[in-house]
Amino acid sequence: MRIHCPLCGARDRREFSYKGAALVRPLAAAEPEAWHAYVNLRENPAGPLAELWYHEMGCGSWLQVTRDTVNHSVLEVVLARDTALGAGA
Amino acid sequence: MRIAGKGQGAGAKPVNFTFNGRHLMGRAGETLAAALLANDIHLVARSFKYHRPRGILTAGSEEPNALVTLGAGPVQDPNQRATTQELYEGLEARSQNCWPSVEHDVMAVNNLAAPFLGAGFYYKTFMWPAAFWEKLYEPMIRRAAGLGALSGLADTDRYEKAYGFCDLLVVGAGPAGVMAALTAGRAGADVLLLEEDIRLGGRLLAEEEEIDGKPAQIWLQEAEVELQQLDNVRIMRRTAVTGVYDHGTYGALERVGHHLPRQHSLKGSQRPRECFWRIVAKHCILAAGAIERPVAFRNNDRPGIMMAGAVRAYLNRWGVTPGERVTLFANNDDAHRTARDLVAAGVHLAAVIDSRHDAPDSDLYPVMKGAQVCNTSGSKRLESITVRSVRGEERIQSDCLAMSGGWNPSLHLTCHLNARPSWRRELLAFVPQTGAVPGMRAVGACNGSFSTHAALSEGAAAAVAVLAELGLGAIAAVHLPEAEDQPYRIAPLWAVPGKGRAWLDFQNDVTVKDVTQAADENFRSVEHMKRYTTQGMATDQGKNSNVAALAVLADVTGRSIPETGTTTFRPPFVPVAIGAMGAGAADQGFKPQRFVPSHVVAEERGASQVEVGLWYRAAYFPKPGETNWRQACDREIMSVRQSVGVCDVSTLGKIDIQGPDAAKLLDFVYTNTFSTLRQGRVRYGLMLREDGFVMDDGTCARLGDTHYVMTTTTAAAGEVMAHLEFITQVLHPEWDLRLTSVTEHWAQFAIAGPKSRALLNDLLDQPLTPGDWPFMACGAVTLGGIKGRLFRISFSGEEAYELALPACYGDSLFRTLLERAEALGGGAYGMEALNVLRIEKGFVTHAEINGTVTAQDLGMQGMMSQKKDFIGKAMAQRPGLMAPDRMQLVGLKPIGAVQELSAGAHLFDPEAPVERIQDQGYVTSVGFSPLLGHMIALGFLKQGAARIGDEIRLVDHMRGIDALCQVVEPVFFDPEGERMRG
Amino acid sequence: MVDLLAKTACDGLASLNIGTVSLREGRAVPMTTLAPFRGQQVALDAALQAAHGLGFPPIGGSCQREEARALWFGRDLGLLMGVEPEATLAQYAALTDQSQGWAVMQLAGLGAEEVLARLCPVDLRLSAFGVGAALRTEAKHMQASICRLEEDCFQIMVFRSMARTMYHDLKTAMEARAARG
Repeated sequence: MRIHCPLCGARDRREFSYKGAALVRPLAAAEPEAWHAYVNLRENPAGPLAELWYHEMGCGSWLQVTRDTVNHSVLEVVLARDTALGAGA
Repeated sequence: MRIAGKGQGAGAKPVNFTFNGRHLMGRAGETLAAALLANDIHLVARSFKYHRPRGILTAGSEEPNALVTLGAGPVQDPNQRATTQELYEGLEARSQNCWPSVEHDVMAVNNLAAPFLGAGFYYKTFMWPAAFWEKLYEPMIRRAAGLGALSGLADTDRYEKAYGFCDLLVVGAGPAGVMAALTAGRAGADVLLLEEDIRLGGRLLAEEEEIDGKPAQIWLQEAEVELQQLDNVRIMRRTAVTGVYDHGTYGALERVGHHLPRQHSLKGSQRPRECFWRIVAKHCILAAGAIERPVAFRNNDRPGIMMAGAVRAYLNRWGVTPGERVTLFANNDDAHRTARDLVAAGVHLAAVIDSRHDAPDSDLYPVMKGAQVCNTSGSKRLESITVRSVRGEERIQSDCLAMSGGWNPSLHLTCHLNARPSWRRELLAFVPQTGAVPGMRAVGACNGSFSTHAALSEGAAAAVAVLAELGLGAIAAVHLPEAEDQPYRIAPLWAVPGKGRAWLDFQNDVTVKDVTQAADENFRSVEHMKRYTTQGMATDQGKNSNVAALAVLADVTGRSIPETGTTTFRPPFVPVAIGAMGAGAADQGFKPQRFVPSHVVAEERGASQVEVGLWYRAAYFPKPGETNWRQACDREIMSVRQSVGVCDVSTLGKIDIQGPDAAKLLDFVYTNTFSTLRQGRVRYGLMLREDGFVMDDGTCARLGDTHYVMTTTTAAAGEVMAHLEFITQVLHPEWDLRLTSVTEHWAQFAIAGPKSRALLNDLLDQPLTPGDWPFMACGAVTLGGIKGRLFRISFSGEEAYELALPACYGDSLFRTLLERAEALGGGAYGMEALNVLRIEKGFVTHAEINGTVTAQDLGMQGMMSQKKDFIGKAMAQRPGLMAPDRMQLVGLKPIGAVQELSAGAHLFDPEAPVERIQDQGYVTSVGFSPLLGHMIALGFLKQGAARIGDEIRLVDHMRGIDALCQVVEPVFFDPEGERMRG
Repeated sequence: MVDLLAKTACDGLASLNIGTVSLREGRAVPMTTLAPFRGQQVALDAALQAAHGLGFPPIGGSCQREEARALWFGRDLGLLMGVEPEATLAQYAALTDQSQGWAVMQLAGLGAEEVLARLCPVDLRLSAFGVGAALRTEAKHMQASICRLEEDCFQIMVFRSMARTMYHDLKTAMEARAARG
């Protein structure tokens, strides 16, 4: 498996570590249900899924990788800093 | 038998080898199988289950029968295929799965018991009693059935792995692959051409034909020379692609040392046996050829019965005929080439039996049309065949039967990403689906295009298409060499009807009857049939037998072949040694080793090493006269408590944080507040995970207005760095700050004990001024003119400092510190002493921060700020994490005579039964406190904070420990902390 | 006053010549990471030009001027080697002394690329990774920086504590390459 890092180009998956689904962090004052969903609940779609990967052995970027779980194709990779995942933080 | 003047290796150097102890001679460049046939050796192996005599079936890596063991001891190599093993001087091969010899195999009695040993036999017979399976049945079966054995010794061979990159990967160097490589190479593409064989040519090596008006061998030689002259073409021989993976990644096995004698030289010992490649290719042209399939008929497995194409290969390539009175049995035109070549070479061809009524005639040999071979005889070698035709049955004397049921395209790799092949009726074969693997094009025989002309033209066309996509387009018209273009004519023939056992899968001893029985017992799915009969398993993965077996299954279940479908194709295409997959990971290569700046000094002093993550740290420093580690540990502890000890703490993670928003990050990542920390001061901090449990702890120092340095525990350094990057890149990209790991730049030593300040004052360029260095102060110091950092922090409960200097001075500084400490009555201390010192103080490590504890469990609820948001705050307030009956950190000390305590032991009420449901908690850390004279422990106990003073029973079934303890506060020494603040 | 001796990261590890490839430790030079603050990339580049005569390295590349070399070292990160950074740079970037944090080795000679291909899962073909190119990758599970100094000469950097492992792994790959054929 290869991930096209926006900075480093296509790299072997062994340079990356996986965190999980890319989710927006709830506001500090959000209801417990929102926090429960953020920490514990995960979709398991057959199809595109946005995930967070860390280019730990490469440039050190956190990436949002959109991957099709059916055929493993990587549809999009962007730097996580350019997303709004921290909107609630 | 060799045929004088025949073959491409005529005149090659003679090579001596042994087979089952017999001294034999072969030729350089030929396979063991060719050399055995040249020496008229046909009985090579015994079959898997029935121990039937078996010979050589094929001339390639698909060989199911002729598996041999090479070498002995640590380098014993079982299951090597005689058909791919190259001969070398001194090669020693022997048959396997037979005793006492391949000629006289005692286990051949299994063959007589055959009626009982059919499909599903094991499952039905060894059902009960259940306990017998592991102790009796399985070992018995494993002895009776099987392939070659490992020596049981550690493999001393070296293996290697490597990464490769190319624009175009060409798999297979037959006519299609060579033409593709030539076309792409000439246009300047970066081409990697992989060939499983020692030579380029593929099927051409086994054929007598012309290309471009000259013998194919000459055309091949010219092509090879041209390819070698192209700098942009790399050729890898003896390399088979084993698997296809996502995004253009291919696994390939290069056999580096199998064809060379094991030299007892340095070079020989350093040469890898195999190299496992991971190749990334923008494009791939698959030119993997095709594999000929046998026909199932009664006793079709005798030595001397071979694939027709293999007979041709031995004849044309190696100048060897596998028999003197050959017969041929086929259902297709291609096999008739074998008859033609044999006759041309002067070999007696007794008969050609063709199942088709419209089979082509020949002037050179008799053709029996509409006839089938229905039985054979001969014990250790074929003696005669029985042919059934409209004239009835007749016996024909023959010592070699060449058979062909047609060809199966080698499409395995196209299915590794889960595509299924499609059935082509006119070929009676599966062919790859277009687009089965992104970026891969199948050409030639593996695409169902069997003529040499088709191979050349498809190879060239695919290369042109790849060039266009690479942007190397505009090439002049490709010159396509002229070559044979015979149509492929075939009629269905899978199994000849009749009684007796007709073999489908030679390697696993699976017959037509087994497949039929599987279907009868409702194992009708091809995947179920495979598991029930074991057809298609082991080293050949059914390369010879899969299609015929599913044709039989289709027949008995009344479905078509495409309806029945294939089993799943999985890597590896050819067997790969485990050693190659794990290459470089033995011994030192298993994982990186990290050594601390004081490592050499510790080694010189005989320190025992302990692994902490990847780090090697000194456990204790033995002194002369000490007979066990405890004595050294106790001494080191006392030196810290009474004078001064020195310990290398460079392994702690150190993260430099700079920028206007540095304090915001720290306030967000720690439960407590750091924006209020004064410059020149250090604070202890606690980090939670987002789920509310404790992630790590450590200190953080404020070196400047916008400059902090954080320390993490050794174990969590990488995790914390990723966590901080996550916060600053994902959650708060708007913050202006930068993180840099400086763990490795600094050598850092703890100097602990009542005499620590005296030691430092003697050493620093400027002595410490008393008022300026209170507990938790930090600042810059110089030592011999070298700039360093000093932190007054303590993990021992004593007055203590951590001194950091650039790592290049670590060795020298540690020596100096030890010298001074020893002069003051102290010395080095290691991890054992460090551990007891911190248990005495109730300081936690990852033994306690084990992923299931909260700040409250640790008694640190006061560190959770109410005034700000921080990671984990919301989830830490869940009722379950705040519940009063959670387990809390306590200290434990034994009651009565000193007893052993153990980490991992569980806690029970003294009156309650020792049962899992009565579990009250567990022990995380233990140590012997020389100061207190007894064992001490930390652990988690339900409602522990409220049970101080209670008695509790500590039980460790694993180590046989049962001790009564008293629950105490988790601080055993100087609870007020006067010593470290003093 | 105390007199402390400095030891390099590869102290005790002998230079190697195996087959056509050699391995030796790089010369000890000052090394400082340059991590530009928010929005300061352009200003830092200009300040570097003014102070040291070279710019901030482009992604995947390096800049060199006399003894000074600036290496791309990761996301928004440069490594200045060979000179002490001028203090003025600190207003644009976090400057962190890394001089002793990394083991620096040079692998040179015909076949050096093949040796590295045994350790790193990256495309090091000259067409993809030319002279002066710099990347971050893993080398046998170690975080590494690789820079192509010349066509057949690579600078390899790993954490100081891992110098022995890197040396061992390179030596093994060099031996295996030389023992082929």
